[in-house]
Amino acid sequence: MTDIERDLRTIAPAYPDAPGFAEALARRAADAGLLDVAYATADSPMGELTVFVTPRGLVRLAYPGEPQGELMAELAARVSPRILRAPGPTDEVRRELDDYFSGRRRAFEVPLDWSLVRGFARGVLRATAEVPFGAVTTYGWVAAEAGSPRGARAAGNALGSNPIPIVLPCHRVLHADGGLGGYTGGLDRKRFLLTLEGSLASG
Amino acid sequence: MPRGVSPHVDLPPFQSLIDDHASELHRFLVASVGPTDAEDCLQETFISALRAYPRLRHGDHLRAWLYTIAQRKATDLIRRRARHRAGNLDDADPAQLASAAPGVLDDGLWRSVRTLPPKQRAAVVHRFVFDLAYAQIAERMGVSEEAARQNVSAGLRRLRMEVTS
Repeated sequence: MTDIERDLRTIAPAYPDAPGFAEALARRAADAGLLDVAYATADSPMGELTVFVTPRGLVRLAYPGEPQGELMAELAARVSPRILRAPGPTDEVRRELDDYFSGRRRAFEVPLDWSLVRGFARGVLRATAEVPFGAVTTYGWVAAEAGSPRGARAAGNALGSNPIPIVLPCHRVLHADGGLGGYTGGLDRKRFLLTLEGSLASG
Repeated sequence: MPRGVSPHVDLPPFQSLIDDHASELHRFLVASVGPTDAEDCLQETFISALRAYPRLRHGDHLRAWLYTIAQRKATDLIRRRARHRAGNLDDADPAQLASAAPGVLDDGLWRSVRTLPPKQRAAVVHRFVFDLAYAQIAERMGVSEEAARQNVSAGLRRLRMEVTS
């Protein structure tokens, strides 16, 4: 090894990551129109939620425990691979979720991006979005609203694939006989939300 | 999967590129342009990458791709600095002049590294900052192993001349 090589090795520069780098980058990307999906986590009584926002609106809301890898891969493939962790664009959604869980808000006003919902499921979820806080409806009713009066079972599947739970209130859809039906996030979560809204007696 | 879906199914979310490579790219840029401008260069690198990202046809060699962009950004910056130095100082942007001032850890030898031709500079950084074998340097730079070896030794020759002169 020559003296130059030795010197290069001994004084090779190494620096820690500068703080604030990611935030500055996300801001710059957004200004340049290059931030297609921004995401951040939100604390809630149901655990840590992850919200994904596009320039059009809220596109995905994930419950704790949803596999991050699959979730991100799906968004990269179906929305855009330009995905950055960036709290700024998600602030409004997280504020409305806070208000909802603390009882200060009954209806969500953030714009939604329907990119992940297609075909029959879109009709079913649009009908579901009409069901107000404190009310419930049936699988048959949302199926009929979506143009398929016999499609209660298909409506159940469509609701099960809801990419924006809580905000698109699929938890307000029950069996015609009053049974809870199903819930992709687990029935405990459905029960929690219905209790929060006063549709189920607590306890 | 529904229709109208992007064909870039195998591109990872861009955030994972940042999580996996920002730190090593920062080191590469600190060595290439100096500590003061490295962070800005890194921002430029990721913004350029983000702009081109959805047009990539596959997700292979993303790391080498990022290094190529970083190397280009470093070269652009070094040329810009040289132009500023050549031009009238009155016209120069004061921020630019300040950033050209030597930083705390801006050692003389590494200042000389920054004056190397772009490929030699990148090869020297990969070799001595990251301690990489020639095959790995070749992979990161997207060149042959032989070219990597030649760039390192040509770079060292020039540095030796600069230091002894």
